[in-house]
Amino acid sequence: MKTLASSPGLLFRLGAPVSVILAAILVMILVTCALMASWIAPYDPTDLASFELMNAELPPAFTAEGDTRFLLGTDNQGRDLLSAMLYGARVSIAIGGGAVLLAATLGVTLGLLAGYFGGRVDALIMRIADVILSFPTILLALLVSGIARAIFPGAATAEWAPIILICAIAIHEWVQYARTVRAAAMVEAAKDYVRAAKVIGLPPWRIMLRHILPNVMSPVLVISTINLAAAVLTEATLSFLGVGMPPTYPSLGTLIRIGNEFVFSGIWWIALFPALALVILVLAVNVVGDWLRDRFNPKLRVKR
Amino acid sequence: MKAISTPVLAVDGLRVEYPLANGTVFTAVENASLVIRPGEIHALVGESGAGKTTIGNTVMGLLERPGRIAAGSIHIEGKRFDPTKGSAKDVVLGRDVGAVFQDPMTSLNPLFTIESQLTEAMRYHLRLDKAAARTRALELLRAVGIPEPERRLKAYPHQLSGGQRQRVVIAAALSCNPRLIVADEPTTALDVSVQAQILKLLRNLADERGIGILLVTHNMGVVAQIADRVTIMHRGKVVETGTTEEVLRRPKADYAKALIGAVPRIDQRLDRFPVLGEEGKGRADEARTELRARAEGMDEAPSDAPILSVENLCVDYITSGWLPGSRGHSFRAVDNVSFSVHSGEVFGLVGESGCGKTTIANVVSGLVRPTAGRVLYRGQSIAGEGATRRVGPLRQAIQMIFQDPYSSLNSRMRIGSILSEPILFYRLASSRTEAERDVARLIEAVGLDADAAQRFPHAFSGGQKQRLSIARALGARPRLIVCDEPTSSLDVSVQAQILNLLKDLRDATGLTLLLISHDLAVVRQMCDRVAVMRQGMLLEQADSETLFDAPQHAYTQELLSLVPTLDRIRGETKAA
Amino acid sequence: MLKVLLSRLGQAALVMLVVSAVSFVMFRYVGDPVATMSRENASVEEKAELRRSLGLDQPLLVQYGRFLTRTLRGDLGISYRNQRPVTQLIAERLPATLELVIVATVLSLALGIPLGVLCALKPNGMAARLVQALSLVGISTPTFVTGIVLILVFAVTLGWLPSFGRGQIVSIGWWSTGFLTASGLKSLLLPGITLALYQLTLIMRLVRAEMIDVLSSDYIRFARARGLPSRYIHFRLALRNALMPVITVTGLQIGSLIAFAIVTETVFQWPGMGLLFIQAVSFVDIPVMAAYLLFVGLLFVLINTVVDILYAVVDPRLRARSA
Repeated sequence: MKTLASSPGLLFRLGAPVSVILAAILVMILVTCALMASWIAPYDPTDLASFELMNAELPPAFTAEGDTRFLLGTDNQGRDLLSAMLYGARVSIAIGGGAVLLAATLGVTLGLLAGYFGGRVDALIMRIADVILSFPTILLALLVSGIARAIFPGAATAEWAPIILICAIAIHEWVQYARTVRAAAMVEAAKDYVRAAKVIGLPPWRIMLRHILPNVMSPVLVISTINLAAAVLTEATLSFLGVGMPPTYPSLGTLIRIGNEFVFSGIWWIALFPALALVILVLAVNVVGDWLRDRFNPKLRVKR
Repeated sequence: MKAISTPVLAVDGLRVEYPLANGTVFTAVENASLVIRPGEIHALVGESGAGKTTIGNTVMGLLERPGRIAAGSIHIEGKRFDPTKGSAKDVVLGRDVGAVFQDPMTSLNPLFTIESQLTEAMRYHLRLDKAAARTRALELLRAVGIPEPERRLKAYPHQLSGGQRQRVVIAAALSCNPRLIVADEPTTALDVSVQAQILKLLRNLADERGIGILLVTHNMGVVAQIADRVTIMHRGKVVETGTTEEVLRRPKADYAKALIGAVPRIDQRLDRFPVLGEEGKGRADEARTELRARAEGMDEAPSDAPILSVENLCVDYITSGWLPGSRGHSFRAVDNVSFSVHSGEVFGLVGESGCGKTTIANVVSGLVRPTAGRVLYRGQSIAGEGATRRVGPLRQAIQMIFQDPYSSLNSRMRIGSILSEPILFYRLASSRTEAERDVARLIEAVGLDADAAQRFPHAFSGGQKQRLSIARALGARPRLIVCDEPTSSLDVSVQAQILNLLKDLRDATGLTLLLISHDLAVVRQMCDRVAVMRQGMLLEQADSETLFDAPQHAYTQELLSLVPTLDRIRGETKAA
Repeated sequence: MLKVLLSRLGQAALVMLVVSAVSFVMFRYVGDPVATMSRENASVEEKAELRRSLGLDQPLLVQYGRFLTRTLRGDLGISYRNQRPVTQLIAERLPATLELVIVATVLSLALGIPLGVLCALKPNGMAARLVQALSLVGISTPTFVTGIVLILVFAVTLGWLPSFGRGQIVSIGWWSTGFLTASGLKSLLLPGITLALYQLTLIMRLVRAEMIDVLSSDYIRFARARGLPSRYIHFRLALRNALMPVITVTGLQIGSLIAFAIVTETVFQWPGMGLLFIQAVSFVDIPVMAAYLLFVGLLFVLINTVVDILYAVVDPRLRARSA
């Protein structure tokens, strides 16, 4: 999860506008809050014993019927919404980050191989990538998590669900890394410094790691930032559809799913606050990612 | 010269500025003035960063934001022209000023037919109807010498060759009868033979139609061949202006003298290029002596056997098919080429782009495998039939320097690591400190300061990077260096320095050089023997003097007659 | 042309083969068909008999071959959940999804292209900056959140538009359409907008990026140097170049809209294929999942192939290479 979004200082030196730096600071605050959820959350939402049904569906503290104990109100089981959101954000960010890390590792490796060797290796990797790319992220992710649930019953539990989600998201996302790195590696491999390394007789792995990799890293960092936002969204969507994190260990998406059932009865806060948190988090990451993309590579585009 | 006719272009005291992010202002052009009369070709020359293209763009109305005209005026046919607005009262861009760009491959829109691109300006500016515009487009295509104009009108740009595209671009520039054409490096992207045709076409347009042409170029040979007048620019300022003959034969300003002196001559061989303020020679000699001592230690007993022999070499490029096992098109890049290079000489391989010379360089240095034939190094096969694996001393013996100094050094590595990589890889130093000492020596040997090792490549100019690239090649302690167009992306004065450096290194260390170049003049200045290639075949090889003074093959003769050089200045009566 | 076509068809066949293999593997190995299809207390013999009659004792390749022939005949099995032929289920749900996708595609192209051009031509204008900022919000808001907010505002609070279902529909043969009644059209509005919003921002950003790219190209500079009016340069010359990649992306987008319909249909309880699929996923109704995958795979491949051929027709460079 080491994306450029998490370093406002660097952004400042790159000459980013104020809005981008503010967005980066916001990302940092959100991420810190989420990571420290177990210390700063007023209640422990995973402790079933702590909820009381008589506290269920309390509106936010600032409304007329609000309860000062629960700043953003409670959900249908009497769980403090703010605490659930902090823990939920932690789950969302961890899964998003995990997916980005897995996808980047896989994609960069395959992209380097394809770009450097070309020929059959390239054709094979890119053919697989094409097939995967002809399916949207969400469908592929649904299939992977659907199949996983069908194969082992434990898939929906809190232990396994994150791992399955990470794989389900990464299976599509790696393609973008592979394509970008391949294209960049092909450009670099044709440059004279790589020819010079070949004339010296350096082995291919060393040329790839020492010479080409550092020169293709900036687009990778840009994609990682944008993909972090996309991965958090995909996870939320899957959880919303009921194939992601279980209600006992909710992510932001799961919370919105729970809240969605109450929207019609005028209990808006259970869905709205997690949704707001999700949009703000993703938007902040996207603001940074968008600027970085324009800054580093105007030709790089979002595709899914 | 015509008497007092209104100039088609009069630039007076022009100053173009670019405000920078840090609040300061970069002055790209300072107080530039020039006048072009009808039928006159005025060349604007200078090295990169001289401001010549900025003037061209300004006159074409294409000055990019945030660039701005800070002072001065531009008159076109006596009418004041405000390029910031794109059009003034009576001057219309495209109608009164035609433009020709450098790269014909990108200046035509790939999605529209030639007809559409030729006629759109006429229909808009001259209000011609479709049929009239078409008739005129046909006339124009004939005028610029395109065969079968009816058929070409329906073609798309990608169906034409580079030379034909540039003719279409010129036709489009002519379409509304402009009095002035601005041509920005119009032949730089073209081969010598096509260049000669395009230059002739431009000259005819000036002579027959009385069009004034502002020719922006870096090539002195081109200037000599077709320009009536020349303005030399340096760092945004005009340093010299006058008739072509005056400026090229009797330059007054120091910079102009140096620039012209640095242009390689094709008519006679000089010992060294005259160069203004050559970069640090200081400790270079000492370092080179050390290199030499080391090299001699490695050399086997001198023998008459060639250091490199290329025997019946063939290289096919096969584009691989979509399915595994299927074969795509095959293209023969090198066709049965044989030559040999003797120890200590500079051997030149010349030809136009696509003739296979770079492929040969790649085979010799082990980047490409031959399809047939073989390459021998001191009698031992290193590529093709019976080749032994290139490891250790064999690999070390042949190193390479490249064309583009901006891409030949890895921008993410310090110079020190780049230069020590071959030394450590071949185990030429027993420790890291010893390698560092070697690197310092190498940097001094190519005329730079040893503290360069601490810096990254972006801190150096193109010429300095090329020096470092040479140092890297020397680090492996090679006996043969393949130089693939080592100076063709450098400015002419820097080229002179690099060529001098290569000569010095050869003299100091007894290296053998295989020089690949498209530039006949460079080859003449550098090489002892030369081979000429065309379409993958070797046409002729001979001693440098013999080849240039009495070429045997018709193609060589043609090339030599077409290449624009300083010794053939337009309008100059041949000095006896 | 023929070559492009053949290579495209080859690739399409490859994709379909992969998809059918995945489908088959799901069908065959995920869950136990015998357990799901036999009675609660079937004997071992009965189960073996069922296994034989289903052909599950045959070699794998034979089973795959049979699966393929059955599929090609249109027999995709019986849904575990509601015991009806899957083909029939999909045929019932198809019109609802396709109508939603058509509305969303038209909306996203009709708004996305002009907005993208606007942002490219006046990148520093107020309107362009606002659109740019909104587009970032657009790609940062998940479809289901958009849907929930729209329902909260227009259905729950204002009560203007229905929040679920297709409204009144009219049957034309086997196709049922919501385009012909007022309530059908009203019902299409919210889900249509929800589905279109994300795609709209993508198209808009793509058009903007392409247009900016094209405007800085040499051939546009050359057109400027010929003194052509800027409206002509922008809308006749540059727009055509900029729209080339939009063709490809629109193709991909239609595929992605079909997939995203899953989310929209869940939020709006829209009786389409997506809802069918998501219900199948939660009930582990393998035949429906497999069939949906096959069917959507086929749609994607068809769309992509059509787009590639279209591209080859529009771009003279490809046209000539293949001629």
